[in-house]
Amino acid sequence: MRKVYAVSGGVSKFTKARPDKTFQGVVKEAYDYAIADLGLEFRRFNEMVDGSVASYFSDHFARQLMAGIMVQDYLGLCPKPGHRVEGGGATGGICFQEAWKAVASGYMDICVAYGFESMSHVETWKGNEFIALASDVSFDYPVGGFYSGYYAMMVTRHMKEFGTTVEQLACVSVKNHLNAYYNPYAQKRHRFTIADVRKSPMVAWPLTRLDICVMSDGAAAVILASEEGLAKLEKATGRSYKKVIVTGIGRGTDAMRMADRPHQSFDDFMKHNALPHERDSEATVAYYRNLWKHGFRYPGVHSFRAGRMGSLQAYKHAGVYNPLEEIDFIELHDAYTSSEIQTYEDMGLCRYGEGGPFAASGKAFMPGIDYGLALHDKPVCPVNPSGGLIACGHPVGATGLMQGVFAIWQLQQTIHKHFGDPTLQVQNARRGVIHSHAGTGTYVTVSILEAEE
Amino acid sequence: MAKLPRNFEETLDGTIVWDLPFPVVLDAQGLAALKKMRPLRVRYPYKIEYLHSYGQDSPFFAGLTNKVHLGSRDAGTGYTYATPRGHDMYSGQETDWVVMPGKGKVHAFTVCYFGSEAFLKETPFVLALIEFEGVDTLFLARLMGVDPAEASLDWIGMTVQARYRRNSKLAPTDIYFLPAGGDDKA
Repeated sequence: MRKVYAVSGGVSKFTKARPDKTFQGVVKEAYDYAIADLGLEFRRFNEMVDGSVASYFSDHFARQLMAGIMVQDYLGLCPKPGHRVEGGGATGGICFQEAWKAVASGYMDICVAYGFESMSHVETWKGNEFIALASDVSFDYPVGGFYSGYYAMMVTRHMKEFGTTVEQLACVSVKNHLNAYYNPYAQKRHRFTIADVRKSPMVAWPLTRLDICVMSDGAAAVILASEEGLAKLEKATGRSYKKVIVTGIGRGTDAMRMADRPHQSFDDFMKHNALPHERDSEATVAYYRNLWKHGFRYPGVHSFRAGRMGSLQAYKHAGVYNPLEEIDFIELHDAYTSSEIQTYEDMGLCRYGEGGPFAASGKAFMPGIDYGLALHDKPVCPVNPSGGLIACGHPVGATGLMQGVFAIWQLQQTIHKHFGDPTLQVQNARRGVIHSHAGTGTYVTVSILEAEE
Repeated sequence: MAKLPRNFEETLDGTIVWDLPFPVVLDAQGLAALKKMRPLRVRYPYKIEYLHSYGQDSPFFAGLTNKVHLGSRDAGTGYTYATPRGHDMYSGQETDWVVMPGKGKVHAFTVCYFGSEAFLKETPFVLALIEFEGVDTLFLARLMGVDPAEASLDWIGMTVQARYRRNSKLAPTDIYFLPAGGDDKA
């Protein structure tokens, strides 16, 4: 595989509704921004780019089949190669990885990954129905199809199994909403307290409205290039870009029906799912052995095995041993505060069962921001410095690519330039991870980006 | 030759608009003003009726109609699914039908106060994943007979009993669960 650079990106402002433009026009905002940030004219870049991958989740929301080719057409990319990918909430992350494959394999030197979703075209309850159709329509959807309900069942099991509290969940909401306060692209930019989160209207017990991301209209685009492609871009502009290289790619899957998730034994977990730093730690092995003695089974409905497998692959690819110590920031798929906590565990930032205390510890917070919380640990690895899905919004096909754009800007140390505010710049960020997740953990992608020294 | 229609028929269904504001003169200034026009939005109803087949899962739904909860089992390993599937995910072999126990326990649950359009009128309702002794996977169902306003983690582990709708709708909601020991004799 060839080296792949993430050279540029753009994001439209995520918002409740964008009736002022069609989806093609919203994608073009992100696309034009990414091109302009390279210092290129539109016509010149379109001559140089070899092709694309399009990302959008739902034909229902678009009320338009073949929307991918309509964007390709609008961006002036025809007749270059392109295709659309779809994988629920992970569509954007899959798109990023498919563009990576196009470049890594030698098929393209410059590839643009673009994505969007127009969720405002229906009322919220109809949108919930469209999303819930991404559950088994024979067995799951008719019982009361509602994704917030599915995730709420996962968290009640997590709470029962590990003692996770709603206040720990609320810490994630407080963190991500306040991070977003400094991100002009975010949809919800607020200072909340734990009490605010808990007083917010109950949606699916115990998840309140402030535990859950909102539906959005938005688009994002990421430009990836090989060494040859990067050289062409630099030659065309006479500029030397701050290099960000994609060093790790991982993807996992799991059963569509939550009810079908396995309940693996300790030995199977240690053999197939434990991270190397967990296997090497006698204390952690003893901790897990004790969990199993008390009835714990993996992944059950409390953990995302797909997220663990994606992390395992990506860490191996990038040479990451201890993720908490070796990753500078993570943009992960926090459609729910609970799923952020579950994902801490899947990604090995803490052990399974310790996500709740980890969320409230302060380790995943940004330094230099007063969250109004009593955090007993200093920030170690900020998670969702952008505000994540909970605060930025979740226009599904754009979300995973939005994470890619923000990761590029973090690693290029250009957050101040793009946000007009330096607060969210992770100082000396060298390695960042983006994590994209589809319905109840069916598809999960983990991609690692690093600033090249 | 019959006279062919020359006008597209005028009707009064769907969106009808008269006198939409528009530049009177389409000179350069008038055309440029169009870029400042506010977006036009129209309502577009869209209704679909699917002819959905339950395929190899059909006996499960026939079972519910007859007040029987069928799961499936791999003959070789005995791995048993509370929500049936035609082939085992490990051996790849076709599974056999087995009758599930009527009693189980709540493995996880939630109370939905909001939801998809189709279920809004039923809120608040309780969704639960049910576990069964000797069965390897869970079963998603409605849990009745508990007060949604009194949701508690103590519900997890509660013994529940299957109950069936009298008027089958050939849907997975033909079966639901009640706390065991109540008035249920189904």
